[in-house]
Amino acid sequence: MPKTHSTAYDSKIEGNVVFTRFDAALNWVRKNSLWPMPMGLACCAIELMATAASRFDIARFGAEVMRFSPRQCDVMIVAGTVTYKMALAVKRIYEQMPEPKWVIAMGACASTGGMYRSYATLQGIDQLIPVDVYISGCPPRPEALLAGLMKLQEKISRERSFRNQKPELAEKFEEALG
Amino acid sequence: MTAEELSDSLGKRFGEKIQAKTEFRGETSYTIAPSGLREIAKFCRDELSFNYLLDITSIDNFSEEPRFEIIYHLYSMSHAVHLRLKLKVPEEVGAIDTVSDIWPTANWHEREIYDMMGIKFNGHPDLRRILMWDGYPYYPLRKDFPLEGLPSEMPDVAFTKVTPMEGGPFVTVPSTATSKDREPRARPPDL
Repeated sequence: MPKTHSTAYDSKIEGNVVFTRFDAALNWVRKNSLWPMPMGLACCAIELMATAASRFDIARFGAEVMRFSPRQCDVMIVAGTVTYKMALAVKRIYEQMPEPKWVIAMGACASTGGMYRSYATLQGIDQLIPVDVYISGCPPRPEALLAGLMKLQEKISRERSFRNQKPELAEKFEEALG
Repeated sequence: MTAEELSDSLGKRFGEKIQAKTEFRGETSYTIAPSGLREIAKFCRDELSFNYLLDITSIDNFSEEPRFEIIYHLYSMSHAVHLRLKLKVPEEVGAIDTVSDIWPTANWHEREIYDMMGIKFNGHPDLRRILMWDGYPYYPLRKDFPLEGLPSEMPDVAFTKVTPMEGGPFVTVPSTATSKDREPRARPPDL
């Protein structure tokens, strides 16, 4: 009669289980499904559209779902010159996006005002909203935007998401675990 | 009808309202008195068939008197003739009559001049700013307005700050040099 073993290891279950940190799993989910808010304000928006189109295909990075409602977006891509007339509108749209949210300043104008050193242009969107990734170029090529997106993905995967989002709960867990 | 005949009839009809006439490379420009603007504009449209107003522009001749100049570019579709009307506006007057009822396209042109240069248009149906926002306190294309701008604040509408020029202004230099040498970069005025 074959002897049945009662062990802690069950290959049927164990084969389908991955051990990881909660943050790592959460960040992995988030970074591969970034829904962009296309804040197209100037010529950078054309490159942004090219990035979304078939040749460069931003869908390879899970960011193809351009949403025209800020309430469904994760990352705002500020693509173009931000004039003072537009500045507070950009800020308002950013504030309407649900947390967690990120910002990519695409191109010289959105990053620093670019060549528009004049009375009408905000000298960098980072004066109004926090920026995660700056992309140089005037306008940047789609490859540059994709590289910026990958940088943002790297940044997201380093975040302590759980602690940032639920600090009280995180503390409780830490206390319970000693 | 040729350009000469058209403009001659203008000269005959409004002799006392016309201050100067210039011919340059086949282009005719009349400097007219601001008081005669509407009368001349109507005559140009109805009698001389200048049915197309190409553009209205304004110039700030800062430190000269009268300070402002407004220029109307007219075109006759039926005769294929251009005509330019100029008039001077002193700073203390700062207003001229609208022509937006004569050529409807003047509506937005006049709003732009009001926005950028601060010249008002009497009788304009909707004289609001067109590029900057209502309540912005300056007129940016005036010569005494600095390129880097001036700070302003309209709560919940817009704000402006002074732009750091970083050794600028950033300007191009007309030359036959390569595009690398011609491109806009910081060129302080003393260099």
